[in-house]
Amino acid sequence: MRHIISILIENEAGALSRVSGLFSARAFNIESLTVAPTEDASLSRMTIVSTGSDDVIEQITKQLNKLIDVVKVVDLSEAAHIERELMLVKVRAAGKDREEMKRIADIFRGRIIDVTDSTYVIELTGNGSKLDAFLEAIDRSLILETVRTGVSGIGRGDRILKV
Amino acid sequence: MQLTGAEIVIRCLQEEKVEYVFGYPGGSVLYIYDELFKQDKFKHVLVRHEQAAVHAADAYSRSSNKIGVCLVTSGPGVTNAVTGIATAHMDSIPMVIISGQVPTAYIGQDAFQECDTVGITRPCVKHNFLVKDVRDLAVTLKKAFYIAKTGRPGPVLVDIPKDITNQKCEFEYPKTITMRSYNPVVKGHSGQIKKAVQMLLEAKRPMIYAGGGVILSDAAEKLVKLARSLGYPVTNTLMGLGGYPATDKQWLGMLGMHGTYEANMAMQNCDVLIAVGARFDDRVIGNPAHFAEVSRKIIHIDVDPSSISKRVKVDVPIVGNLPDVLDELQKLLEASAGVPDPKALAAWWKQIDEWRGKKSLKYKQGKEIIMPQYVVEKLYEVTGGDAFITSDVGQHQMWAAQYYKFDKPRRWINSGGLGTMGVGLPYAMGVRFANPKATVACITGEGSIQMNIQELSTAKQFRLPIKIINLNNRYLGMVRQWQQMFHGNRYAESYVDALPDFVKLAEAYGHVGMKIERPADVEPALREAFTKHKNDLVFMDFLTDQTANVYPMVAAGKGLSEMILAEEL
Repeated sequence: MRHIISILIENEAGALSRVSGLFSARAFNIESLTVAPTEDASLSRMTIVSTGSDDVIEQITKQLNKLIDVVKVVDLSEAAHIERELMLVKVRAAGKDREEMKRIADIFRGRIIDVTDSTYVIELTGNGSKLDAFLEAIDRSLILETVRTGVSGIGRGDRILKV
Repeated sequence: MQLTGAEIVIRCLQEEKVEYVFGYPGGSVLYIYDELFKQDKFKHVLVRHEQAAVHAADAYSRSSNKIGVCLVTSGPGVTNAVTGIATAHMDSIPMVIISGQVPTAYIGQDAFQECDTVGITRPCVKHNFLVKDVRDLAVTLKKAFYIAKTGRPGPVLVDIPKDITNQKCEFEYPKTITMRSYNPVVKGHSGQIKKAVQMLLEAKRPMIYAGGGVILSDAAEKLVKLARSLGYPVTNTLMGLGGYPATDKQWLGMLGMHGTYEANMAMQNCDVLIAVGARFDDRVIGNPAHFAEVSRKIIHIDVDPSSISKRVKVDVPIVGNLPDVLDELQKLLEASAGVPDPKALAAWWKQIDEWRGKKSLKYKQGKEIIMPQYVVEKLYEVTGGDAFITSDVGQHQMWAAQYYKFDKPRRWINSGGLGTMGVGLPYAMGVRFANPKATVACITGEGSIQMNIQELSTAKQFRLPIKIINLNNRYLGMVRQWQQMFHGNRYAESYVDALPDFVKLAEAYGHVGMKIERPADVEPALREAFTKHKNDLVFMDFLTDQTANVYPMVAAGKGLSEMILAEEL
């Protein structure tokens, strides 16, 4: 099953490699990993999307907790949560495609943030499947480049991950 | 007062009451060595290879529960130390390793003797640090000692660039340390402990399975008390030997790949299993699917939550420091009205005695060729069972574990997890430094001993009267055994040719050498070594049976009760 694991970790050099090293050393799966400092600059927050059986996910959270620099670990997917991902897509937008591309971007609530006479860069946020759906909806041959941030997640309501 | 980084390192070690630092100097640690030279509060042990420094510090820790400390230089100093660090890590040994690093400005420039120490050691330490500011040095070292010995212990490495050791700052050693990200659990969950007591009292076929955690946390006495008050059978893992007295009638011997018939059968057939500081590893329970075929209730006490339900699903997990948890368990047990079912227990012991009747460790000693098991048995007799025994890795390690009966914890020192050949001699050195009056013997083989043979020189310098018991069968015996059993007798590269004359070799290093070729000479030679040469290092080269195998054996991937016994061959 797919799980979204959120981690608060001391913002020290090498913190990321301790986490990514753990995943590779123990043959755990990483679908995506995002990391940046929090409002408290001494802490970083990481979101890891992983898949595995319940036993594997239990080991992942236990092993993450065991890392000395890790302050807190929570499996967001255990309860109500929100996940978002940001994607930038550069597409060919010339002739008849130009109008069509704008129309589809609007349908997906995307924003065009860079324009030349033959290309657009479209910014899109949402969960992973929405971004996938957008890529499915446009003509594949028009995609020049895509870049995705990977998933960030947060619990709904009173679920708070804080020191 | 303003101190240099090097002075701070020395002061921190003194504050931690370090007695010995095992190390080897080099360019990046010269300032530290300079300050070490100017003090006499702790001693430095100069080894002949960094790997041996780490092993010696590791055994110093294993045999005393003090923290072993080593000091190595950057680059090759660190890479040589890695095997030792990984060995300690796999067996959860508390240690602090201080390594030199190239000056801060050179890091990442492929400087002379530079390596990414923090990167290389990350997967084989409990934690590591790179000190980038001299003002962080004292608190980092304090953290290193704190992390190494608390929770599930392990090695911690502190990497110090050379320029940091020559910069000055105000020195103050923190008295205590708190870390928001690291708070090991001490007390077990009392609801879970209650459940465990209930389950233990309802057992019909109970079994106590105790591992290295009992030794590491100094919980042996409490375990013995619990086992005796219940009257339940006990088995130890390789790492747990000495955690329960081997001469006690409730002890079934070691379990696992080369465990006794009775221990493995009881483990497989029990209905309630309590695992204490053990981790159900592959050499202990064999195939986990086969192990799980029999339904039994499992209680698991461990300080590390990630050890619980890792390979085997358990019913009652208890996370906590073993002595604390065992105390509470004992208290609740004594307060409880229930007692173990005497009829069921008697029937269970009757079954166990039947299994014992197989005498799975028996072997035959003839008149011509020395059997390796016989040497270990005689060593046990000659030393009155009271020696510290270190071993290397292979057949001799298993024979040592099977035939030397350990009644006390911290007397059996070996590399269980990583299985590192070459630990035996440096381990014996570390044991002797921690226990200066103790009798220390290193049971080894002609393969393993050559992996750190240079330490005969260190042993001479520090006059360490270690007795080396070399079970010399001219084969890498365990490799040969597997080749015989699983690879059609094709002995690929397991015959060791062109061996040195170990007697002359020992003498060349200034020690006493003996060669023993006949069974009748085994005991007299041992007596001579431990009496006449009490104060010498004696290298005893026993020429042993080349075809001897370790039995019982659970082949890799097989179930625990699918043992191959000597008599079946």
